[in-house]
Amino acid sequence: MTRRVFIVNAALVAALTVRAASAQQVLINAGGATFPYPMYSKWFDEYHKKFSNIAINYASIGSGGGIAQVTAGTVDFGASDGPMNDTQIKEFQDKRGSAILHFPTIMGADVPTYNIPGVTAQLNFTGEALAGIFLGKITKWDDPEITKANPGVKLPSNNIVVVHRSDGSGTTYIWVDYLCKVSKEWETKVGRGTSVKWPVGLGGKGNEGVSGSIQQTANSIGYVELIYAIQNKMTYGKVKNAAGEFVLASLAGVTAAAAGMKDMPEDFRVSITNAPGKGVYPISSFTWLLIPSKIADPAKKKAIKDFLAWMLGDGQKMTEALSYAQLPKAVVAKELKAIDKIQ
Amino acid sequence: MAASSTTSFNARPSGRVSAFWRRLRSGDDIAYVITLTCALTILAIAALLVFELYTNSTLPRHKFGWSFLTTSVWDPVADQFGALPFIYGTVVTSALALLMGIPLGVGAAIFLAELAPAKASNGLTFLIELLAAVPSVIFGLLGIFVLVPMLISAEPVIRAVLGWTPLFSGPFYGVSMLSAGVVLAVMIIPFIISISREVILAVPTEQREGALALGATRWETTWNVVLPFAKKGIMGSIFLALARSLGETMAVTMVIGNDPSIHASLFAPGYSIAAIIANEFAEAPGDLYRGALIELGLVLFGLTIIINGLARILVLSTTKKGAS
Repeated sequence: MTRRVFIVNAALVAALTVRAASAQQVLINAGGATFPYPMYSKWFDEYHKKFSNIAINYASIGSGGGIAQVTAGTVDFGASDGPMNDTQIKEFQDKRGSAILHFPTIMGADVPTYNIPGVTAQLNFTGEALAGIFLGKITKWDDPEITKANPGVKLPSNNIVVVHRSDGSGTTYIWVDYLCKVSKEWETKVGRGTSVKWPVGLGGKGNEGVSGSIQQTANSIGYVELIYAIQNKMTYGKVKNAAGEFVLASLAGVTAAAAGMKDMPEDFRVSITNAPGKGVYPISSFTWLLIPSKIADPAKKKAIKDFLAWMLGDGQKMTEALSYAQLPKAVVAKELKAIDKIQ
Repeated sequence: MAASSTTSFNARPSGRVSAFWRRLRSGDDIAYVITLTCALTILAIAALLVFELYTNSTLPRHKFGWSFLTTSVWDPVADQFGALPFIYGTVVTSALALLMGIPLGVGAAIFLAELAPAKASNGLTFLIELLAAVPSVIFGLLGIFVLVPMLISAEPVIRAVLGWTPLFSGPFYGVSMLSAGVVLAVMIIPFIISISREVILAVPTEQREGALALGATRWETTWNVVLPFAKKGIMGSIFLALARSLGETMAVTMVIGNDPSIHASLFAPGYSIAAIIANEFAEAPGDLYRGALIELGLVLFGLTIIINGLARILVLSTTKKGAS
């Protein structure tokens, strides 16, 4: 009799332990930007291998979708290539009753790419030249604004064909944000956004659509993500930075852009295009995770905070393999402190 | 079935009830109810679609009113939205597709149904039905990598022959409304051929024999007897093709140039309604912007109904003329 009771007790204890273990299973839902998706999916996968009870599911639905879903509360955290604006932050506060925190994760950049028959040299572009071309004011390749930056290169007197992204994207946001910084006219006439009203040009869908159009159209110019250009071995031009140097985009140059920011704001919502400093590549940007400052479920809260700390440490070492630029040390230190804001 | 029939016999319902059970057993009523439900589902889906599109586009509808349909500025940064360039691009590319697709498709269907040996006809039809199942993104890739370069090399010839019209003026970058029209034509031809061939084959042999017996040639029989008989079905295939071209997204956005402005020249880039929704919806911040894209969906829905209605009226009027 006692033996039977013991067995029953043992079985009960065993069952309870199993339940307790399964209760620690943490499923986290996230969604947003497509640009960092390969990196995020690698991180979440590696993290799951390390801590098998934590699974983070990420849907790459686009930055706009990431902001909308974290505001609606359908995901535990969002991700975006552009920071949320003040209206969006207020909407989040009204709906969710807490603040939204921005955590930069990795960095990306845009490069100008072109197809001019007979020109194989790597071209130099000033900000004024790029803004002029995309405004439709510089219409020929032998315009003085272009030739003066490219001594020794013989440029044809052909009409420039501009190619831009047709789909709303963070890549476009970085590009037009840079043009806003270097050209007052661009800022007042066109402005910044994931999609804008382009003064001139053809639209290609995605990086592949833009590069495809450029390859097939003589005398064309467009912009693609640095990663895309690296992976497809495309030629791209150097861009003049705020310090006056012509810089070829590289992962180190992108990281330098963030390091050059002297006063990083507390909420990390900052544009680093045309950042000051030597060696800085000027068309660079952060991409952010959007994390609510209040997470009700203690298990989820711990998992997200732990993941952030891991991402800023070990996670950063995985970026180069996927051609993403890593965060500068100062930003990492500042973010590690910001993790405590999650309650 | 057996169990239910015993129950009804045991219950011995009288009068009208028993009649109902008898009819139920024979299947007529069940079939009526089930098929009616199926038919109502279609209505419900269409109604739900319109309802959702309508309610989710409240913001831009109130802000822009009817001017949404008549203005052509699309500026997400300044929150200004007008649908005209997209309506124009959608209509022009679909019209181009039909212009090229109908003669080719119906011609091929006539050959396959009336003139080709049966074996060759069946083999070819199998291939055509395969084509109809190819995903549109494949046609888009084909368009950008094969068709666009071909059009670029054909451009001087087109310009030499037709360059005097405003339809073929201005610079040509390869991606254009013309390219979109050609890709759409390639996509809808399999639909037209496949359905038209079936319809022509379904024309009773007596019709052909009668005409031949009266001394008509083979072609006279086909043109004067078989085609008028199959006209309605052929029109049906064209409506289906039209619907597909109006709503096509991926293939169009890859070759149309995605430029929201209105140009008379077919060499110029354009934009279609389905293409801009697919392009901008995922990354559209702001309720007004998203609402405007949803309203474009509503516009496309309305446009499809109007164009289909007009086409049907056209067909009806010509059929009557033919009869009188």
